[in-house]
Amino acid sequence: MDFPILTFLTFFPLVGMIAVMLLKKENVGAIRWTSVFFTFVTLIGAIFLVANYDYSTSKMQFIERYTWFPEVGINYFMGADGISVPMLFLTALLSFLSIVGSFGIKERVKEYFAWFLLLEVGMMGVFCSLDFFLFYVFWEVMLVPMYFLIGVWGGPRREYAAIKFFLYTLFGSIFMLVGILALYFTTGTLNMMELIAQNNIYNHVFQLWVFAAFFIAFAIKVPIWPFHTWLPDAHVEAPTAVSVILAGILLKMGTYGFLRISFPMFPYAVKYYAVPLAILGLISIIYGALVSMAQKDLKKLVAYSSVSHMGYCMLGMAAITTVGISGCLFQMFSHGLITGALFLLVGVIYDRAHTREIAAFGGLGVKLPVYTGIFVLFCMASLGLPGMSGFVSEFMVFVGSFNSIYIHKWIVITAVLGVILTAAYFLRTIQSMFLGQFNTRWEGLTEINGREIFTVFPLAVFTLLIGIYPKTLNIFLKATVENLVRMLTG
Amino acid sequence: MVEYSWLIPLFPLLSFVLIVFFLNRNNRVSSYFAIAMILTSMVLSFKILVEVLANPHPYEAFITWLSWTGFSLPMGIYIDPLAAVMLIVVTIVSSLVHIYSLGYMHGDPRFARFFAYLSLFSFSMLGLVIAGSYVLILVFWELVGLTSYFLIGFWFEKKIAADAGKKAFVTTKLADLGFLLGLVLMIFVIGTATLPELNKKIESLKITAGMVEENHSSKQLHNAEMTVHEGVSKHHKTHNRTGESHEVGTATHGKAISKEDAKRTLILIGIAGLLMFMGACGKSAQFPFHVWLPDAMEGPTPVSALIHAATMVAAGVYLTARLMGVILISPTMGLVVASIGTITAFMAATIGLVQNDIKRVLAYSTISQLGYMMMVLGLGGYTAGTFHLYTHAFFKALLFLAAGSVIHAVHTNDIQEMGGLHKKMKITSITFLIASLSISGIFPFSGFWSKDEIFAVAFEGGHYVILVIGILVAFMTAFYMFRLYFMTFTGKPRDQHAYDHAHESPYNMTVPLMIFALLSIFAGWWGIPWLHTNYASFVFFGHPHHVEPNMILMLISLVVALSGIGLAYLMYYKRAISPETMAQRFKPIYTLLFNKYYFDEIYMAIIINPTYRLMEILFKFDQIVIDGMVNGVGKLTLLWSWAKERFDTYVVDGAVNGVGHLSLATGRAIRKTQTGQLQTYALVIFLGAVVLIFMKFI
Amino acid sequence: MMSELTLLHFLILAAVLFALGIFGLLTRRNAIGILMSIELMFNGAAINFVAFARYVAPQEIAGQVFTIFIITIAAAEAAVGLAIVILIYRNFKGIEVDKINFMKW
Repeated sequence: MDFPILTFLTFFPLVGMIAVMLLKKENVGAIRWTSVFFTFVTLIGAIFLVANYDYSTSKMQFIERYTWFPEVGINYFMGADGISVPMLFLTALLSFLSIVGSFGIKERVKEYFAWFLLLEVGMMGVFCSLDFFLFYVFWEVMLVPMYFLIGVWGGPRREYAAIKFFLYTLFGSIFMLVGILALYFTTGTLNMMELIAQNNIYNHVFQLWVFAAFFIAFAIKVPIWPFHTWLPDAHVEAPTAVSVILAGILLKMGTYGFLRISFPMFPYAVKYYAVPLAILGLISIIYGALVSMAQKDLKKLVAYSSVSHMGYCMLGMAAITTVGISGCLFQMFSHGLITGALFLLVGVIYDRAHTREIAAFGGLGVKLPVYTGIFVLFCMASLGLPGMSGFVSEFMVFVGSFNSIYIHKWIVITAVLGVILTAAYFLRTIQSMFLGQFNTRWEGLTEINGREIFTVFPLAVFTLLIGIYPKTLNIFLKATVENLVRMLTG
Repeated sequence: MVEYSWLIPLFPLLSFVLIVFFLNRNNRVSSYFAIAMILTSMVLSFKILVEVLANPHPYEAFITWLSWTGFSLPMGIYIDPLAAVMLIVVTIVSSLVHIYSLGYMHGDPRFARFFAYLSLFSFSMLGLVIAGSYVLILVFWELVGLTSYFLIGFWFEKKIAADAGKKAFVTTKLADLGFLLGLVLMIFVIGTATLPELNKKIESLKITAGMVEENHSSKQLHNAEMTVHEGVSKHHKTHNRTGESHEVGTATHGKAISKEDAKRTLILIGIAGLLMFMGACGKSAQFPFHVWLPDAMEGPTPVSALIHAATMVAAGVYLTARLMGVILISPTMGLVVASIGTITAFMAATIGLVQNDIKRVLAYSTISQLGYMMMVLGLGGYTAGTFHLYTHAFFKALLFLAAGSVIHAVHTNDIQEMGGLHKKMKITSITFLIASLSISGIFPFSGFWSKDEIFAVAFEGGHYVILVIGILVAFMTAFYMFRLYFMTFTGKPRDQHAYDHAHESPYNMTVPLMIFALLSIFAGWWGIPWLHTNYASFVFFGHPHHVEPNMILMLISLVVALSGIGLAYLMYYKRAISPETMAQRFKPIYTLLFNKYYFDEIYMAIIINPTYRLMEILFKFDQIVIDGMVNGVGKLTLLWSWAKERFDTYVVDGAVNGVGHLSLATGRAIRKTQTGQLQTYALVIFLGAVVLIFMKFI
Repeated sequence: MMSELTLLHFLILAAVLFALGIFGLLTRRNAIGILMSIELMFNGAAINFVAFARYVAPQEIAGQVFTIFIITIAAAEAAVGLAIVILIYRNFKGIEVDKINFMKW
């Protein structure tokens, strides 16, 4: 393939950012539509990527490789396989929808959209890079726009949340840097593919330590209990579209990091740590669900539910079986869709009611039937109702981890309890917001509008598509995941 | 025709989608369209039944849903005679309930939406019936649960209805954890979850384990076993090629199975089956998950008839029937199922004796009847259990619809405010009476045949305790049903106002009642044991198969039922025995029963409240301890930096500032040379250059 | 008595021009005058380059190239300088450089 599709996906939003910066700041309409245009073209690019992906092989595809700093062995090296292609598509999709969902931003519009486009550059870059230097650069690039997006356009405690997010993630990144340097000084290369190919030369102690260093970086990002407390703050304070990106994409970078870096590079350490990883996943599932149940703020509830859902990812991953890791990837994709949609919907009600307190609502089902229908749909998807993607991923995680020889059966059996807890808190929420006596305070509330429906509609379509016929997603993952598992266990 | 059976659920789905997206503004079009679709499904189901009657060999069709090297999850349909019968039951009840709802829901602001939900339910229920893989069954299983949730909470403005919906959903979901775990365990043990493949594998394992004589099993079975062996060896090859050693289904794959292994595997499969039976307990409101069903009566009455009497709650029984081959691997496990059924049947019947809400009495009666079915399935009575399921669907739906007709007329659920309604509502009264006779097991109504078969199974198996409890339950059933009938339709009106406004329901409600009444009488005749090709031989793939009819047992059950009716007649019609004195005399028992054995309170105390408390504690923990640690690290860093700042200010900066002050003083002195005139500077530079040049030469 | 032009002639001419430039630079009060003086100095330097190129290394063209550079830079310098002068005029209502002494202590 001649067209450098990955470079295009990564840097086209950067062109968009420059274009936005050249516009007059009073010209809000032009800024919005320029951003929409650039993210939309990126989305088209991502569809093109998906359409041209050859899913019969586990090899890296769309490779672009240029020497950058030959003196230290840094290359410009990009490629995509079954793990990154769905993530790239999800990034493009959610970025586009978030931009459309950001039309409600009223102040400092130009800066907002410029930062947002830069954020997309960082996210795309992380999923494409196969060189550690490049990877680290994009990993950090992403932080800066996020910091400003939360800190400037966020809620009342935005500064605290932004600083907490920034410092916490940076703290993790430092460990990752240490890990990268350790690898570099041992092998003299920063090329991930080479590092994976020679994973058998690292000795066991080295593997355990470097895995631990990477673990801290990725665990904070996922986030795994007990590194999760930045998440509710950041999610709650961030503006709607940023929460969508935060939950939909940023959390996936942690799990992506595990599957791209930690797992293939340190096969011994992975098996050594499989049980602790699974237990942390289990704690995240149960703990996240219970704490979620205690929330009074709708957005915080969704935020904690993310902790719970990402726990399933960790559990599936720690199983080191084809089904488990596929389940993890399914969960990543489906959580991105579902939680993204839930945050968008929370934003819809917040824009109108200016409160997110669950108890303040009541009986909205009478007044806002369409909104209620869509919200309930996504709640059901999130609690793992069959026919939607959440069920498929959870089921695969359970089957995969139960069949694992690396983790104990009781972990899986306990983790199943998470399903009922999730159902309980979502039903409580639905009940106190939409059912019961109509609270006349909300007489003036207006129904969800066309633009807002447009932002969640594609998410609903994909949630149902994957739920009904999961093969559509699985064909992308299959070869890569099987290869990964073979590498780890063979 | 049978190859088109996958279309059956799709008609109601089409109706759901069209109503939700396009038709919902127009009540009339929506409802008629929904009815047309479900009738189409019904016609198709009849055609399939006829075809399956002619050729009872099961039809199966599967597609790959998810697959990896060495393991795949196919999805598909599996139509055996049982599924064909269930299709008929579901489509008939659903169609009649659709028609009945035209009248019952008339004037409701969410009329069209009601029909959309009914369609969605019919879709899920029909899908569940034809599903050929336990995974797919679970999918539809949850979907019927969802529609049940929507429909119970259909009048969600009432808090009690919304609460009931939530309770139903969470309770069944809790039980479904068992289903899920059982499924996961089953896939782990045997690597498949599709019905035909699972049955074949179990048969071959049984032969290996020596639990079944090989020559004893039929020729068909022998062939099946051969294919399984082929499959195993084929798998063995792929296994070696890929070198994956730990894939799904480790327990049976790729190695020659010893007798002991086979036995152990079978036990594990049985446990998986039992876990899945837990899911069935949730859906069929069996002890200890029965608490949601009486509350679910807050939904509209057609819903109670369709979902909570005839079809969805029977899905648990259907699943258990499907699982019988698995559970009955060990008779002990069968006994677990039978005991749960018996406990449920007894407990629910006793509660039903004293309740005053017409729909709740019916709900407890449903629980009790479902208990019967579970009981007999656990004893191995495949025919009896499913046959009772089939007859029960009709007379119980009729009871609910007739009760709905009464509620529609008097606007109350409390039987203490009814009375004498027979004069006002002849059709309702007569149909209710027919259904009551049928459920009590009076000859020759359909309930008689199915109930008798249950007793016959228990008797032949020698389970006399269960038999006695079963007969006791039959007595109580007859009693509370006729208590209900006499209190509602006979005697003097207790609430004159309600009585005056009562009237017979419109035709679209009474016609379904009459059709159901006919079914309540005649549907059971298919199972008359003296017929040569009756229901029992049908579900056993055309092989004649019945429990020998036992005349004495029939007589006993008839007498017991009649005495139950007689007692009710004395207490509530003749008033010869005062119910109040009875209640007074057995006050502790009465209070216990009236409060439903305090199940709700117990669950509140041991499950729900602890969960809430745990959740509060964990949230505090999260905020104070974990977040506290994070913020603490932040604060410590700040403190550290503050200390360093002090040090810097006074010590380091002190030195630096001293130097600074010195520099400042010097600077102040010599800054006078700075004139600010560019040319002065240039002159100095020029002179400097000149001096340098001179120095070079000197 | 027509003698040939030697290198010395050119050097003297260049030195005179350069000295005039320095003198102007140091004594002029008018900013434009200063700029013009600088131009004179540039020209002096340019003449030196050409002369040396012609007489010392006639095969190479480095001297000429440098001259062209100097002319270009002089032009750019004049453009920037004049722009600054205009800004000074706007801000100080005059271009007498001794008035612009705000850098003084």
